[in-house]
Amino acid sequence: MRPFEEIVVAHGPAVLRICRSLVGPVDAEDAWSETFLAALRAYPELDPGVPVEAWLVTIARNKAVDLHRARGRSPVPLAELPEAPQSALEPAGRDHELWDRLAGLPPKQLRCVVYHYIGGLRYAEIAEAVGGSEAAARRAAADGINALRRTYTTDETKAGASQ
Amino acid sequence: MIQTEPTHERLHRQLVSRAEEEGLLDLAYRTVGSPVGELLLVRSGTGLVRVAFESEDHDRVLGSLADRISPRILSSPRALDRVAFQLDQYFAGTRHEFTVEHDLGLVRGFQRTVLERLERIPWGQTESYSEVARDVGNPKAVRAVGTACAVNPIPLIVPCHRVLRSDGTTGNYRGGREAKRLLLALEGSR
Repeated sequence: MRPFEEIVVAHGPAVLRICRSLVGPVDAEDAWSETFLAALRAYPELDPGVPVEAWLVTIARNKAVDLHRARGRSPVPLAELPEAPQSALEPAGRDHELWDRLAGLPPKQLRCVVYHYIGGLRYAEIAEAVGGSEAAARRAAADGINALRRTYTTDETKAGASQ
Repeated sequence: MIQTEPTHERLHRQLVSRAEEEGLLDLAYRTVGSPVGELLLVRSGTGLVRVAFESEDHDRVLGSLADRISPRILSSPRALDRVAFQLDQYFAGTRHEFTVEHDLGLVRGFQRTVLERLERIPWGQTESYSEVARDVGNPKAVRAVGTACAVNPIPLIVPCHRVLRSDGTTGNYRGGREAKRLLLALEGSR
């Protein structure tokens, strides 16, 4: 397993960007700290197949929800996910199949899907983070969602059970 | 492995403090420069658990500690200030004994017995592998003493460099023979 320090160095900046998007600049650093502390706690048990950055973004999203609740604000505004069930993209639970599917996406699609649908980044911000144009980021996210929808939501029983 | 952007340095430092408070920092590390090359220092909750030479590849050493002890590892220079300071004094020739808590948890059995015995060889003195074997009550285990020295997880602090071959030649060293010769010269034993 990689030392946690490597995880902080590799993904710290991206997670801070996500935190700014989820809770705004004032609370972003608190959200970042809560995210990495929770991640450090859970890290030894992390399934090696889980894509680390997607996992961190999911934790950040949960921490953002907690912060909003604590501040008595409205829920985290997020991009609407067309057609696919919203719960399918909240892999905070122990949905191993979804993690597997996510891990199977090409890296750029994975990042675009996770940054947009879980992290709430706009495509312009995603383009800044992953490189390339805004249109390319949008396309990669769409391709990723389509791939997920093909593989994941074909099992109606599972989709129903996770709602 | 430290970010250059000040925001990330601050966030990292805060993360280390929170992790310590909540008992989540299993291993803290830093590096220090020295006449025998850059040294990696790692401590557990108990004390100094590993000193590694550059030739061992610090990233590989940390990776192996992640598997053997815990992956909850963060860079924390502050946690190792005391060791770093004492090593500086040692290399400057003003310190002959280390007074830092250490943790030999990575070694067991006979090897551990040997390493504990080595701690009693004072600065500036040497023993042969066969003398150490005799001292630990197993005079035939000369090779095993050599092996124990070779796997010493905290060289310098546990002074395996003070053990020589019976014919007086230096013998092998985790940090290389050149480093061993330098340490012996520093201590005036060569």
